[in-house]
Amino acid sequence: MKTESLKNTKYQFEKPLIEFRKVTKVYGEGQAAMEALRGIDLSIYGGEFVAVMGPSGSGKSTCLNIIGCMDTPNSGSYIFKGIDVGKLSRKQRALLRRHYLGFVFQGYNLLNRHSALENVEMPLIYRKIPAKERHKRAIDALTTVGLKGWETHTPGELSGGQQQRVAIARAIITEPAVLLADEPTGNLDTARSREIMDLVSALNRDRGITIIMVTHEPDMASYAKRIIRFLDGLVELDEENGRET
Amino acid sequence: MLWNTILLAMREMRRNAMRSVLTILGIVIGVAAVITMVTIGGGATVQVRQQISSMGSNLLMVSPGKRLGPGLSSGNIPFKQSDAEAIAKNISSVGAVAPVSSQSIKAIFGNQNWSTQVTGSDNKYFRVTNRSVRSGRQFSDSELRSGAAVCILGETVRKKLFGRQEVLGERIRLQKLSCEVIGLLEEKGQSTMGMDQDDIVVIPLSAYQRRISGNQDVGLIQVSVKEGASTEKVQLEIERLMRERRHLSPSDDDNFHVMDMKEIVKMLTGTTRLLTALLSAVAAVSLLVGGIGIMNIMLVSVTERTREIGIRLAIGALEREVLMQFLVEAVVLSSFGGLIGVVLALTASIWLSGILRVPFVFNAGIVVIAFLFSAAVGVIFGYFPALKAARLDPIEALRHE
Repeated sequence: MKTESLKNTKYQFEKPLIEFRKVTKVYGEGQAAMEALRGIDLSIYGGEFVAVMGPSGSGKSTCLNIIGCMDTPNSGSYIFKGIDVGKLSRKQRALLRRHYLGFVFQGYNLLNRHSALENVEMPLIYRKIPAKERHKRAIDALTTVGLKGWETHTPGELSGGQQQRVAIARAIITEPAVLLADEPTGNLDTARSREIMDLVSALNRDRGITIIMVTHEPDMASYAKRIIRFLDGLVELDEENGRET
Repeated sequence: MLWNTILLAMREMRRNAMRSVLTILGIVIGVAAVITMVTIGGGATVQVRQQISSMGSNLLMVSPGKRLGPGLSSGNIPFKQSDAEAIAKNISSVGAVAPVSSQSIKAIFGNQNWSTQVTGSDNKYFRVTNRSVRSGRQFSDSELRSGAAVCILGETVRKKLFGRQEVLGERIRLQKLSCEVIGLLEEKGQSTMGMDQDDIVVIPLSAYQRRISGNQDVGLIQVSVKEGASTEKVQLEIERLMRERRHLSPSDDDNFHVMDMKEIVKMLTGTTRLLTALLSAVAAVSLLVGGIGIMNIMLVSVTERTREIGIRLAIGALEREVLMQFLVEAVVLSSFGGLIGVVLALTASIWLSGILRVPFVFNAGIVVIAFLFSAAVGVIFGYFPALKAARLDPIEALRHE
């Protein structure tokens, strides 16, 4: 049962920040070909907090990769900020990532041999920000995620929850338009997960960062304002989340 | 940005200190070997020049036969003593002229024997070759005329035959000739060709001719040119005189050769240079092998750090920036190897020049070239792994365990 793409009344007069038009994605060729996305239409507006759910292999990760400009559709188009990403070069997509997107992964993906501060600073290095400012902004970001005083610790010396906070600090230091989170609480216990979700919600609420989060857990999805459910490469359900967070 | 990348590369090197050291070993050895070879070779060349100038750069050697090399001749018409006398008499700028004949003979004293170079000449020989008699005396005129059985020994011969015994007045036997030792030569050490110049017994030429060679031939005429006179001019004059004395028509080739010391210097330094070049080439191969080692380790490093590359690409690093990061790492690694190589080479060169008794001549050119070459090795062999890193698919790279 597929519902009409939901138009949140709050945003319906604006242009969508993210727009999928009949997006398909096929991996492999011939017999082995696997259709990950089978014609997705989707609009996400600036400031939304979207949870993407669905069983493994339903296409939610592929969708997130395309939104994150790491992958491109086979057909259809993906419009980000009015730009057709499918027509961009690898370099232009990297620049989009650099300037508008922040990533948080299930496995944290921190550089293990760098300190928390160095990890958080890294995106600014690629933005050619001078060391002094980099330093200051990294400390600010770490303070935002509640890790003031942990700057010199390496990921190995931090707990899972703390590592994920560092990853979030790294993602928000560039003040991205969109924060993409791929099962950010997948490796954490419930208490830690709640803390992370509170942090993410606060970023959405206080800074207006658009959040798109893939998750398995209904508990975590309930923090979002909108839930999109994938099944077999199609959007099965797209609804506003009733629960107040 | 570049400075940051260099700092990052240095940190990466420190993290894998052991591996880094092993990786750059090839470069270190290559650079060190090339620089050491060239430095020692350069020192040897300088030494050859110094030794020859100590022999007197104003020395000419007139030998029968076509040019073969110092002291060597093919079996052409030999000289006579009169040829030497003619040179001394007719050519104004010559200082001293010594007719020289020599061959290897076993010298015997008591139950000691020693195979040495027995040279027949006269007192001019000492002047021409820049040698002096340290104790005893030179030949007297009558001894020279009559071919008396007297001899003057080099230091090596004295040591071998007499050890600590008193020498002057003793008699040694050279084939059938028993001759009295009347003098000892000042020590001179090794010659440019590695010959022991103190392994010598000098006897009057007439004694040599009568009692040893059995003919009136003179093997070689050594001529010293007067201070300030032109060697070339004297050389030409000797050639003209000898052609005349040997009745050569203008169409005949010379059947003798006048060799200038400069020519000998050129010949010997040429040999040294060739050897240096060959050894350096072999050493340079080690640089190449070192480069392959660096490529290997960089490839391993790219595989190991696939996730890191994925992260960097995901947060917006450009291909070019990842490429630079790995390239700089390879260059920092190889340049560091080069630097250690330079230090090692200079230490080894100073040490070796001491052992080989060759002067240490610092050659800034080869140090700079070898260092730059090591950096270039990093660029060349680091490029492929760096490209591999830069071309990674960020999604795949992030999934990599």
